[in-house]
Amino acid sequence: MEQRRSLTGAAVRESAVVAAICLLMIVVLPLVLSEFRLALLAKFLTFAIVALAIDLAWGYTGMLSLGHGVFFGLGAYALAMHMKLEAAKDGLPDFMGWSGLRELPGFWAPFDNGLFALAMVVVLPALLAAGLGILIFRGRVQGVYFSIITQALALIATLVFVGQQPYTGGTNGMTNFSTLFGLPLIETSTQIGLYAVTVIVLGLTYLALRFLTGSRAGAILVAIRDSESRLRFFGYDPALVKVAVFTLSAAIAGIAGALFVPQVGIITPANMGIVPSIEMVIWVAVGGRGTLYGPILGAIVVNGAKSGLSESFPDFWQYFLGAMFVGSVVLFPDGIVGAVARGVKKLKGARSASLTAGATAHDLPSAGRPLEAKS
Amino acid sequence: MEGLPGSTPRRTGGNVLDVYLLQAFNGLSVGSILLLVALGLAFSFGLMGVINMAHGEFIMIGAYAPYVLQQAVGGANNDPYGLTFLAAIPLAFLVTAMMGIGMEWALIRFMYGRPLDTLLATWGVGLMLQQLARSVFGAPNVQVVSPSWLNGGLEVTQGLSLPYKRLFIMLLVVACVAAIWAYLTRSSAGRRMRAVMQNRDIASTLGVPTRQVDASTFGLGAGLAGVAGCALTLLGPIGPALGTYYIVDAFMVVVLGGVGQLLGTIAAAVLIGLANTSFELWSSATVGKAIVLVGIIFFLRWKPAGLVALRSR
Repeated sequence: MEQRRSLTGAAVRESAVVAAICLLMIVVLPLVLSEFRLALLAKFLTFAIVALAIDLAWGYTGMLSLGHGVFFGLGAYALAMHMKLEAAKDGLPDFMGWSGLRELPGFWAPFDNGLFALAMVVVLPALLAAGLGILIFRGRVQGVYFSIITQALALIATLVFVGQQPYTGGTNGMTNFSTLFGLPLIETSTQIGLYAVTVIVLGLTYLALRFLTGSRAGAILVAIRDSESRLRFFGYDPALVKVAVFTLSAAIAGIAGALFVPQVGIITPANMGIVPSIEMVIWVAVGGRGTLYGPILGAIVVNGAKSGLSESFPDFWQYFLGAMFVGSVVLFPDGIVGAVARGVKKLKGARSASLTAGATAHDLPSAGRPLEAKS
Repeated sequence: MEGLPGSTPRRTGGNVLDVYLLQAFNGLSVGSILLLVALGLAFSFGLMGVINMAHGEFIMIGAYAPYVLQQAVGGANNDPYGLTFLAAIPLAFLVTAMMGIGMEWALIRFMYGRPLDTLLATWGVGLMLQQLARSVFGAPNVQVVSPSWLNGGLEVTQGLSLPYKRLFIMLLVVACVAAIWAYLTRSSAGRRMRAVMQNRDIASTLGVPTRQVDASTFGLGAGLAGVAGCALTLLGPIGPALGTYYIVDAFMVVVLGGVGQLLGTIAAAVLIGLANTSFELWSSATVGKAIVLVGIIFFLRWKPAGLVALRSR
């Protein structure tokens, strides 16, 4: 009970800090940054939301999903369908005409309703993740097998989206949007509004996951990551928890996709396939899995480096990305956050403290390399 | 994705049975390439628990071997008998095997027991190798001129002719599998490899140098990927991203077959190759492939250990 009261105190304090940071970002940055830089930052922030989603599944629960691009893409396509219908003004979306469709396919019709589309942004990825999760986790498919199957999911999704051109726009995806809920996308005010919404969603996601992972339920997630069979012997049902976490994670990724598409103005199968899905994992690995600010930092740093480096050295970037991945796994297994934390610890000379705190976590050989749960 | 190397060529006339037989034959040849790719993965995954995402890039490097040799002799016109292609097969094996051993030594050996980390790190290596290929050979696809004696096909009936290229691929794969079988059962190095595969700790206490076995196993797997890359040059143009098209399929073969089960891997490769082309017949290539992958996921729900399950005690 004592601990609980202090947790609520910390929760209020942390919420206030996050709210203040969000407010600062919304008010100050649009004044300081150019329109181009702000749009870029807004895009990175949507990526940061996906990174948080992956971190919940991977960093906390130990499920390395190589298919989160699919959930991101589903959310993006759900909103894109609505925007496409908005742009078509009671006609057919342009790409359908090019592919020879005469009338709107039945499953497109409800997306004319903006609320329905918004609901689908969450529902579609969540349903897919729940279905796949039940299939996988009930069968006790674990670890690497889970990763390989989710990678197959990414391949399947791109194959289907590319193949069903009349319904999905094929390789070119969906683009040429004009408005979102009546607001013209080209207006600066709309873009700033979208940026603000993204900041708020990111802040809320962070806080929600912060409290989830800090709660008793969060302890179960970490327990699944570190020793699933032990948890099963305690009478928990890890499969159920994993399905729930995977579904939640997919829904968050879907929201990120929906924020991405009106800002960038296009969604294609190339945004949701194997390569982008793995890149999303890179952000988390580079930033630091198992912490919540790590993935946010990782998404912004990696994508910032990407747009900076690929502008000036287009041939160089791939080497850099590859090296960053190898380096973050081999040299900085806890990512930027872990490396900084280790540096700070060293500076303080708190060697004895780290020994007692870290010993229990690092003595488990089966768990690979469990991270110290700070919360 | 219809122009992928390895996807079946457009079917022509003929009666339905002939079309199906040809399709099945093409499926077998694609499945046999998949088998070469998957065997390498099965070795490293089954023996060492390493998920090598750079395996696709070994295929790509193997595919560039005949291209480089052909360029070195001054184009296909200076090579009327297609000798460069034949010479490229062992060369590709050696080069990719050396690269595999190098990668094991430089990177993989620090990550044993952490399969997810090997997955991530090798993906990074794969990215760099792809970029390297792009820097050296350019981003566009290139074409290897196949030996002239592989043009045409074996006329079975009037409507059905089996392309020599695909027959050659299947023979090559059969030869490789036979060589692997002989290596595993007849040579002492192969016996050591099997010993480590069955029980690493006991093998180690009996004096088997497991570290050395790991490196050579990894090299062998990479070399097989290189040979598979050579075979792929017969089916279409090649490019820096060639390997990425095959890596997911190959992993599905390994998982479907059952990890560490070479017989299962063979069965799974044939099955997936046949299923891919069969579904292509009555739907499109992309949907057919998607159906196969979904089918595999459902199968794994039913039998998580794959076709041939290792009995655990």
